[in-house]
Amino acid sequence: MAKAKTWIEPHPSGIYVKPADLWIDPSRPVERAAVTHGHADHARSGHGSVFATPETLAIMALRYGVDVEASHNQAFPYGDGFERGGVRFSFHPAGHVLGSAQILMEYQGERIVVTGDYKRRPDPTCAPFEVVPCDIFVTEATFGLPVFRHPPTADEIAKLIGAVRAEPDRSVLVGAYALGKAQRVIAELRGAGWDAPIYIHGALEKMCQLYAVHGVELGELRLVSETDKAEMAGQIVLAPPSALNDRWSRRLPDPVTAMASGWMRVRQRARQRMVELPLVISDHADWDELTTTISEVNPKESWITHGSEDGLLRWCELHQRKARALHLVGRDLEEEA
Amino acid sequence: MKRFAALIDRLIYTRSRNSKLALIVDYLRHTPDPDRGWAIAALTESLDFPAVKAGTVRTLLATRVDEELFRLSRHFVGDTAETAALLWPDAPGAKADLSVSAAVDALAAASRSDAPAVVASLLDRLDADGRYALLKLALGGMRVGVSARLAKQAFAQAFDVPVDDVEELWHAIPPPYAPLFAWGEGRAERPDLKDVAFFRPFMLAHPLEEESVDLTDYAAEWKWDGIRVQIVHGGGETRIYSRGGEEISGAFPELVAAFDQDAVIDGELLVRGEAQGGEAASFNALQQRLGRKVVSKKMLADYPAFVRVYDLLAVDGNDLRGLPWTERRRQLEVFVPRLATSHFDLSQVIDATDFADLAERRAGARDAAIEGVMLKRRDAPYVAGRRAGLWYKWKRDPLTADCVMMYAQRGNGRRASFYSDYTFGCWSDAGELLPVGKAYSGFTDEELKWLDKFVRDNTLNRFGPVREVEKSLVLEVAFDSIHSSKRHKSGLAMRFPRISRIRRDKPAEEADRIATLQAMVT
Repeated sequence: MAKAKTWIEPHPSGIYVKPADLWIDPSRPVERAAVTHGHADHARSGHGSVFATPETLAIMALRYGVDVEASHNQAFPYGDGFERGGVRFSFHPAGHVLGSAQILMEYQGERIVVTGDYKRRPDPTCAPFEVVPCDIFVTEATFGLPVFRHPPTADEIAKLIGAVRAEPDRSVLVGAYALGKAQRVIAELRGAGWDAPIYIHGALEKMCQLYAVHGVELGELRLVSETDKAEMAGQIVLAPPSALNDRWSRRLPDPVTAMASGWMRVRQRARQRMVELPLVISDHADWDELTTTISEVNPKESWITHGSEDGLLRWCELHQRKARALHLVGRDLEEEA
Repeated sequence: MKRFAALIDRLIYTRSRNSKLALIVDYLRHTPDPDRGWAIAALTESLDFPAVKAGTVRTLLATRVDEELFRLSRHFVGDTAETAALLWPDAPGAKADLSVSAAVDALAAASRSDAPAVVASLLDRLDADGRYALLKLALGGMRVGVSARLAKQAFAQAFDVPVDDVEELWHAIPPPYAPLFAWGEGRAERPDLKDVAFFRPFMLAHPLEEESVDLTDYAAEWKWDGIRVQIVHGGGETRIYSRGGEEISGAFPELVAAFDQDAVIDGELLVRGEAQGGEAASFNALQQRLGRKVVSKKMLADYPAFVRVYDLLAVDGNDLRGLPWTERRRQLEVFVPRLATSHFDLSQVIDATDFADLAERRAGARDAAIEGVMLKRRDAPYVAGRRAGLWYKWKRDPLTADCVMMYAQRGNGRRASFYSDYTFGCWSDAGELLPVGKAYSGFTDEELKWLDKFVRDNTLNRFGPVREVEKSLVLEVAFDSIHSSKRHKSGLAMRFPRISRIRRDKPAEEADRIATLQAMVT
């Protein structure tokens, strides 16, 4: 069996796969990149060739102008993959956002999985995480501290609907990341029976359309910019977090400021963001999901990236699991979690 | 505990005062005794469990959670109670909800040695939000922005009773305030306050807007720049209350000890300053004494407090509040000599011949502790709150300075989308702009819109919620006084600064210099 350290190199700017001369989620432009999902801290513009799932490639086309049709970019559905330099690459659902994938690499009998970002709880907008057995498991650790235990999503959605009904003269403005979180909140609301039109900030429009094209039912969406203020009283409005306390929000009727993020579990964090209604809804694994996943995958070694590496490292130590922290740069954990 | 936990969670995230009020009103109406009483006491920080400390909780956590994971988590969260609440493992099996009063009883009965076991057994009965509420209840430091005043208003609103009555009764009845709720809900008579050192709501003044008043109808006194206090002696104890009815006896033990007469006085708490030749010092000196729980000997020696008395509300068991000012004043002048001159003196009536004379004296007053003039209707009884035509405050004209806007920050609530808090500075001799103060009022809504746009169009740098702006806009700032301060680089601190005018016409280079402001220091 090959020794992983000889063929795979963690760098601050990404993971380099030597025999294939290919990078995973590089934070700077490279010749060849395999990309786990479409968030800006994993998918960048300017690469020579991109290897990703069809959904991720479509998202990259929308956000960064990546040419989907160009022959040097290749799309692989879940379970499928390619071979390069003796390394077999394949894509497996990560349950994070539409198209998000773990990348499995097999080389001379050794298996390495890079998760990108992932979560374990159900999400109506993407395929569920799949446990892929491997020797080395490269896991994210955004919420790698035991204080992070996300409550059931249905409870948080009920809280949101309750808040709208409690104040019919006001709108509830939910800050939700434009790719993934926004569409998931909308889909969860639909699942909970919220049939009214949902009002969105212009920055969410194209991504919602992309989700719909990929078969994610979001129901009727209306643009805030094309709606009378009064119509939005007693309604739910979604916007990117940056718009929450911006001038844009003045066009809403006395909005209650909500925010959907795993960080909302910590009260002072929510207060700092001037949030009145914190919704603990995250697209990242919480502490229990992270530790359960490591147990289930049961790798020989875990490599821990971006987030609270120290907490998860400590857990591995306490459970006699071999682990190390990779210090990748350019991971933006704040907005999207 | 579920309802209480939900209440504090809502209060944490609610910034508007009226919304906070509505939440508490709803809670008081729909929660039974004695939980609601304990809850409101906890919100106003009126509970203390000496056996339970933050250290108790840390030690306890170590028995359930790895210490290193606790340390990392505590570092991230920044608050011991919240970290512990989130980390404490959910106990297996169904949880019966724990009542607030059961928790209070258990915590109050705990000794230092069995406190950890008591807290552990309570935590085992709660979910994460409940655990947070319990630990905040036990350790204090709720920080949900609920003052005693707000709690009393909520009570008055919940049960439709006069807030003045609530003010009086509140401090006379210990938590969980059962007789108060019984009275509020009409199930019992108003509690009898004989032999209790209870707070009487203050009589307040309107700003003087009339051109003049007739001094045969109104008496004039100096308005002192200290803090308004009421000292009550009754039932064998002495208590000091501040404007909002908060008890501040602990911060001024020397005054509590010195006030040994059966009476209730209204006066101004001041600090004696050397610079003033033994007279009252500026508000700056008094600030050193405020908000302290323990007062060192050095504090007592460096900032000796005294009360300048201007009204007598009760004496020797008689309530004087129904009497006209003239009669209360006569009795006050007889009473004050019964107090120790070291800690109490009489606020003098200004013997102005007419209003013009008074105006002249007001303009000429140079004492640092004089904030202006009070006008009190001679035939008026002492009535709670702000009644038209009875008392007026006539402050000295504010000082003004032309300053340059340097930084701006977003406001809260209704103003969350506006840059409405401004830091401004004046020029040093070296030609450097140094911050001299911060203001967030004084402008109209229209002006705010304009200022907000100015900030957005002239941003140089962003530091989190703060924007640094182009140093080009002159603001005329009004303030009541200005003092030396080590806290600011300019060495100055303004009292009550507010924006009086936007001077779009004035170039920034022509704004005032630090030296000009230093000349105004009192």
